[in-house]
Amino acid sequence: MTATEFVPPAVDDDAAQVSRLVAQDVSLAYGDRTVLDGLSVQVPPGKVTAIVGANGCGKSTLLRGLARLLKPTSGSILLDGRDIHEQSTRDVAREVGLLPQSPLAPEGITVTELVGRGRHPYHGLFKQWSKADDDAVAHALELTDTLDLAHRPVDELSGGQRQRVWIAMVLAQETGLLLLDEPTSFLDIAHAVEVLDLVTDLNQRGTTVVMVLHDLNLAARYADHLIAMCGGEVLCEGDAASVVTAANVERVFGVRCQIVPDPVSATPLVVPLGRHHV
Amino acid sequence: MALDTRPGTPSNSAAPDATRLVRDVRRSLRRRYVLVLAAVVVVWLGVFAARVLLGDVTVTIPDFVRIVLGADIPVASFEVMESKLPRAVAGTLAGLAFGAAGAVFQSMLRNPLASPDVVGVTMGSSAAAVVGMTAFGLDGIPLAVAAVVGGLVVAVAVLFLSGSKGVATYRMILVGIGLAATLQAVIQWVFTTTDVYKAQDAMVWLTGSLNSVTWGEILRMTVTVALLLPVVAALAPRLQLLELGDDAAAGLGLRAAPTRAWLMGTTVVLTAVTTSVVGPIAFVSLLAGPITRRINGGRPSIPIAALIGAAIVVAADYIGAYLVGTTNMPVGVVTGIAGAPFLLWLLLASSRTLKDG
Repeated sequence: MTATEFVPPAVDDDAAQVSRLVAQDVSLAYGDRTVLDGLSVQVPPGKVTAIVGANGCGKSTLLRGLARLLKPTSGSILLDGRDIHEQSTRDVAREVGLLPQSPLAPEGITVTELVGRGRHPYHGLFKQWSKADDDAVAHALELTDTLDLAHRPVDELSGGQRQRVWIAMVLAQETGLLLLDEPTSFLDIAHAVEVLDLVTDLNQRGTTVVMVLHDLNLAARYADHLIAMCGGEVLCEGDAASVVTAANVERVFGVRCQIVPDPVSATPLVVPLGRHHV
Repeated sequence: MALDTRPGTPSNSAAPDATRLVRDVRRSLRRRYVLVLAAVVVVWLGVFAARVLLGDVTVTIPDFVRIVLGADIPVASFEVMESKLPRAVAGTLAGLAFGAAGAVFQSMLRNPLASPDVVGVTMGSSAAAVVGMTAFGLDGIPLAVAAVVGGLVVAVAVLFLSGSKGVATYRMILVGIGLAATLQAVIQWVFTTTDVYKAQDAMVWLTGSLNSVTWGEILRMTVTVALLLPVVAALAPRLQLLELGDDAAAGLGLRAAPTRAWLMGTTVVLTAVTTSVVGPIAFVSLLAGPITRRINGGRPSIPIAALIGAAIVVAADYIGAYLVGTTNMPVGVVTGIAGAPFLLWLLLASSRTLKDG
C-alpha cells in the first residue's frame, strides 16, 4: 500500500459529511425591521430539512438568507466554509438552487424554455446553449415526470404540473443543495403529496433539501430534520419525534393538541384541539 | 419514472430520447421564431420600399438605385434624397428604438401597458427638450443631451418614488402617470410664456414628425441605435430571468437591481436621443409589444417588437404624407389617431384577463 492511497476515515457516513450551508450568528432584517437576531443553523448534509413555524415567525426569512437573497446585518452565511456574499451570484447559483414561493411564469413560455432558464448559471456572453444544456433539461424533465409536457405552454398546466415544472427548472441548475419556499402552498393534498414524494426521490439521489413547510404533519412525515421557529428564533431542532411534541406545538402555534402516531408512516401526527367538537 | 440511485451530486445523464425531444422542441420554437422574424422583416421592407418609391413622385427600383449611387434625375433625385429616403430611414431608426424600448419596459415591469411613454420617461425627455428649445435655443447634440437628462431624471424619480421593490409595477405606472401630468403642465406653461413662433416649432416637434429630418440627425440616431441595440440584445437573456420575479432570478445567479438599472438606462437613452430628433411619436413603443405577442404565439420578443415599431412609423409617415388630405400630416398625428382605439382595445382585453385570472 503506497502512501498516496486514499484511506477512508474510520467514522460512519453521516458524521463524515460536514454541513455545506451554515448560518452563523445571523441577523436578518427588512429595512429597519429585524426579523432574525443572532440565529445559527447548520443544514444537515444529504438530508431533507423542513423549517416549520407559525406565520411571521421568520422561517421564509431564514430561507431567503440561506439563499443569498437577503444580506445579513450581522453574522454570516457560509457555503462550503466561505461567506456566501463574498462569492459571485453565479457561483452560488451552481451550488444552491432556489424555488421561491410564487415565481412568475412569463407569458406564453413553454415548459422546455422555462426549465432551460435553469441553465443560466452555466452561460455567459460567449458561452451559449450546448448539448449539455439539452441533456440537463431533459434529465430534469425525466426526474419530475414532465417530459410529456415539454412542448406545452406553462399557462395551460394544472397547479401540480406547474409546480413540478418549476422544480424541474431548479433541477436543471444541477445543484447539490435545493431550497424550496413552501413548495406545496397552492396545491391540493394529492399534488402536495406528489411534490413531497418528488423531493424524497431527489434526496435519495443525493440532493440536500431545505424547505419551508406549512403543514406540520407532512413535514413530520417527509423531513429527516425539522427546525421549529418561533418569534424569529429557533425553538428546537431535530427529528420529527423530538420536535413535534404537544408542548412544542403549543409554544409555536399557540394551539393545544394531541400527538398520535401517523398510521401510515409512524411519524407524529398533530391533532389540534379547538373549542368545539372535542 | 426510473431513478438511478447513485449517491453524491445528481448526474445529468438523460435518456438519449429525452435529450432529442428537448432539442426538437427547442428547434421547432426557434424555427417558428425565425419565421415570424422573417415575416416582420418582409413587412418592414415592403413598407420601406413603398415609402421611398411611391407617393406623389413614383420612382422605379432601377432609378432609385441610380439615385442612391449619385445619379441626378430631375425632380426624382431631390424627392428621394431630401425627403423620401431620409424620412424612411429616420422612421426606421425611430421605430426600432421605440419598439425595442417598449418591449423591454413591458417585460421588465411585467405589464403589457408599460412603455417609456406610460411611465413618463418620454414626457421627461419632451419637457426637457421643449424648455431647451424655447428658453435656451438648443439644437442638435445639446438638445439630445437635454432630452437624455430629462428622461433619466424621470426614470430615477419613478424608481425612487415607487419604492425599491421592483415588482410593484402598478405603482410605478401610477407614479409615472402623475409625473407625466406635472411635466405636461410644465410644457403648457412654456408654451404660454414663450414667443409664438418658437412655440409653433416646439409644438410640431412635440407632435412627432419626420418632415424636416436631416442626414446629420439621421447619423446621430444611427450611431445611438447601432451602439445601444446590441447592448439591449446582450441584456435580453437576463431580462428573461427578471421575468420570473426577482427572487427566482437571484436564485439563478442574477442580481436583479443592477440588471434593471442597465436595462432602464440603455432604453431611456435610446428613446431620449430618438425623441430629441423626431419627437415623441405617440403609441409606437406601447403598441409594438402587444402586436409582437399577438403574432408570436403570445410571447414577447425584442427584435420583432423593434421591427414592428419600424414598420409602424414608416407606414404612418407614408399615410400622413400622401394618403390624408393634401397637407403633410406629421407622423405622430397618424399614430395618435390610429393608436388610441388600439389602446382602448388593449385596456379592455387586459382588464378581461385580469377578471378571468
